[in-house]
Amino acid sequence: MELYITELSKYIITLFAALYTLEAFLVFRYPDEERRKGGYMRQNLFMFLVHFSCFLVICFETGKLEYLLFYALQQILLFATIVLFCMIYPKGNRLIVNNMCMLLSIGFVVLSRLSFEKAIRQFFIVTISIITGMLIPYFIHKLKFLKSLTWVYAAVGITALGIVLILGSTTYGSKLSYSIAGLTFQPSEFIKIVFVFFLASALYESHDFLRVVLTAVLAGIHVLVLVASKDLGSALIFFIVYVLMVFIATGNWLYLLLGSGGGCMAAVLAYRFFPHVQVRVQAWRDPFSCIDDAGYQITQSLFAIGSGGWFGMGLFRGTPDSIPFVEADFIYSAVAEELGIVFSICMLLICISCFIMFMNIATRLQNRFYQLIAFGLGIIYIFQVFLTVGGGTKFIPMTGVTLPLVSYGGSSVLTTIIMFFIIEGLYIIRQEEGAKRVKKKERRRKIKYQEAHKTEEEE
Amino acid sequence: MTYLFVGIFLAMMGYTCRYAATHRQELINNSYNGRQELFIAQNTRGKIYAADGQVLAETQTDENGRETRVYPYANLFAHAVGYASNGRFGIEAQSNYYLINSNAKLSDKVANDMAGEKYPGDNVFSTLDVDIQEVAYQSLGIYKGAVIVTEPATGRVLAMVSKPDFDPNKIDEIWESLIEDKDSTVLLNRATQGLYPPGSTFKIVTALEYIRENPDTYDSYSYQCTGRFSHGDDVINCYHGTVHGSVDFARSFAKSCNSSFANIGMQLDRNRFGDTLEGLLFNRELPVTFAYSQSRLVIDGNTTDSQIMQAAIGQGATQITPLHLNMITCAVANGGILMKPYLVDCVKNAEGSSIRQYSPSTYGRLMSEEEAAALSGLMQEVVKSGTATRLSGLTYTAAGKTGSAEYNNIKGDSHAWFTGFAPAEDPRICVTVIIEGAGSGGDYAVPIAKRIFDEFFGL
Repeated sequence: MELYITELSKYIITLFAALYTLEAFLVFRYPDEERRKGGYMRQNLFMFLVHFSCFLVICFETGKLEYLLFYALQQILLFATIVLFCMIYPKGNRLIVNNMCMLLSIGFVVLSRLSFEKAIRQFFIVTISIITGMLIPYFIHKLKFLKSLTWVYAAVGITALGIVLILGSTTYGSKLSYSIAGLTFQPSEFIKIVFVFFLASALYESHDFLRVVLTAVLAGIHVLVLVASKDLGSALIFFIVYVLMVFIATGNWLYLLLGSGGGCMAAVLAYRFFPHVQVRVQAWRDPFSCIDDAGYQITQSLFAIGSGGWFGMGLFRGTPDSIPFVEADFIYSAVAEELGIVFSICMLLICISCFIMFMNIATRLQNRFYQLIAFGLGIIYIFQVFLTVGGGTKFIPMTGVTLPLVSYGGSSVLTTIIMFFIIEGLYIIRQEEGAKRVKKKERRRKIKYQEAHKTEEEE
Repeated sequence: MTYLFVGIFLAMMGYTCRYAATHRQELINNSYNGRQELFIAQNTRGKIYAADGQVLAETQTDENGRETRVYPYANLFAHAVGYASNGRFGIEAQSNYYLINSNAKLSDKVANDMAGEKYPGDNVFSTLDVDIQEVAYQSLGIYKGAVIVTEPATGRVLAMVSKPDFDPNKIDEIWESLIEDKDSTVLLNRATQGLYPPGSTFKIVTALEYIRENPDTYDSYSYQCTGRFSHGDDVINCYHGTVHGSVDFARSFAKSCNSSFANIGMQLDRNRFGDTLEGLLFNRELPVTFAYSQSRLVIDGNTTDSQIMQAAIGQGATQITPLHLNMITCAVANGGILMKPYLVDCVKNAEGSSIRQYSPSTYGRLMSEEEAAALSGLMQEVVKSGTATRLSGLTYTAAGKTGSAEYNNIKGDSHAWFTGFAPAEDPRICVTVIIEGAGSGGDYAVPIAKRIFDEFFGL
């Protein structure tokens, strides 16, 4: 009996995930939120079904009821998030909230399967993050001075990263975090947002050559500090965001060319001078030749993806724990192994759906500062997804970054939730910009109408 | 920007799907992949069958759930079927993925669950023929050596014997002593992994090269054999110093005249000879899925006169496996086209429905049809009037080449070789035999081939 449930559930979970993903793209048919409502409702239903089926399987496989209780708490949290958000911000974008909750629920499922304790810790962090996040759209809206803090952002960023470099604890060769009162922070996660604010405020009004150079110097310091901490994944993300944001702000292809050229040169230099970069590249080109050391993680990740097949082994039927750091850097492989390649691709498509929506919002924003922020955050988000998934599937060399919202890691999930809510704030600003324009138009029309009537009366 | 990232992600998804789909077996079979244990714990290892349905290997479970792998034919299929503990070998290794997987019907799996049993693994049907294997095994007697029997038109391997052998039923008990004894070659499958000097059987290759270089005139070749050929300080003697007198090309081949072939070797273009060897898969990977060794012989512009004289008669540095010699012989028998040799015919689930069917596949053309016909003619002459007359005057016409490969400096110590096929007009079976240190091929190897031919043709 149990077997029927687990076998059948594999296909059911994949089906609902696919339907959710389909809806995540179908909403783009309509330009306004009003007509998208039906799609959002269906999304919520599919999200619920996926989440529920997964936990049903987990309960069957483990025979432990505490999972059911835990599931109920998650369901309440996600449900409350969606309902409260719609009530507080009726003009908000529901696709972003839905996708965020869907990705969070996938994260809860996989983390519960990997480690119950870590899942519970993650749950608390997510709860706090969402409560914090709910306030953000309001502040984004109210705090008009955000665009004038340019040099403050840069100073905060460099200082925070510098402190990690000097005082941070070393984990596996990289300095990533420091602890305050028993809580471990990974500042490079938060600084990503600060960095985007810095670039946006520096470039939104003028982008002459001098300004670009000045920002380049400050951005370069960020990147170099990260390289010195051996946090190459983050260094790469900061670099790419800088190059792409300068390109978007200036519209000058030369900067893009210069940036990519410089990036390639930096990559070659890094490969020449850093042995740990060489090891990573070698482990990427032929992981099986060094399966005992450098290639161990990536080969275990490939084993996981390879053995899952299209529909996965089923929850608790695989051994994703054999991959070191599976819950953070290789969560994608765990998803692919137990929930299947099709499901994991749906998950990626959901990430892309978020990204498209971010870019959509960015292009329609009138305010240049907000526009650059939306672009920057979108690029950070999608590029990080690309690094972690590409690294785990041997598409690109491994860099060791988390999959936003799905991976275990407090700093990562808090940062991403803040990012999503900042974009919500920007969306609301855009809606109001739109509304103002409509009002202006109406007023103009009214005046014209009145004038027309006047002339009529006079006649 | 949006399109760029969407494009990259689509590429990444495509890559992952393709990689997972094409490498699944390889990934699961990797000894570093712990997931094998998962399958082994869940499924009873499948059976291995001979072509006519006899069980060659099966797993028996006693009342306490203890599993034993049983090989009903004990030593007979030791190397071909192999073993599955202390590492894996033979078909047990090659088809491990199927044997540990279960594609049993879901309803049957549920029934197994109810009964508290493991699921039945998929069964592997080999191409091996018990009767031919038995004749080959018995004929080899107490000698060390190897026999491989194939179907030239399909590449099916009908028999594969290697001696000394072992009892795979007792592999756990004898393992320690086999490993400790560094000189022991019991575990080596001589048929595919044993490297031997080919001796006069290599004259097939030398003759092919001579025909290629002199397509119109090779028939008019003649040589006066005095029992020895000297060039500078180097001397080549005919086997046992026999004086063959005036010989043409066919007679040189039939009588296996070393002096004449050394003379032919001296006339060959060494660069072109090198190309021919490459074309015949010397120093190259063979198109087979089981463990084998690469044959070795390099001839090029730097080859000295002394080396080419030795190489022409299959002595010197030349090393070949019986498998490789059998493949070359098959190409001659099959009009120049080599079929890939294979040991596994199909895989079926416990209920007998097909999971995977292997069909004959062409590797490619090793020689032209005319060259194959010419070589076949030469090899028929060997049986009619040359060194393999023990195969003449039978109800079938055989063709082949003998060899007596000297492997040390003591005169008369030689490995006895025979490689050939029957019936010559429409070859259905191809046999390669080597007996270590027995003496001349005509006296020792040919009778074994004859017994195998007789068995095959039902005499």
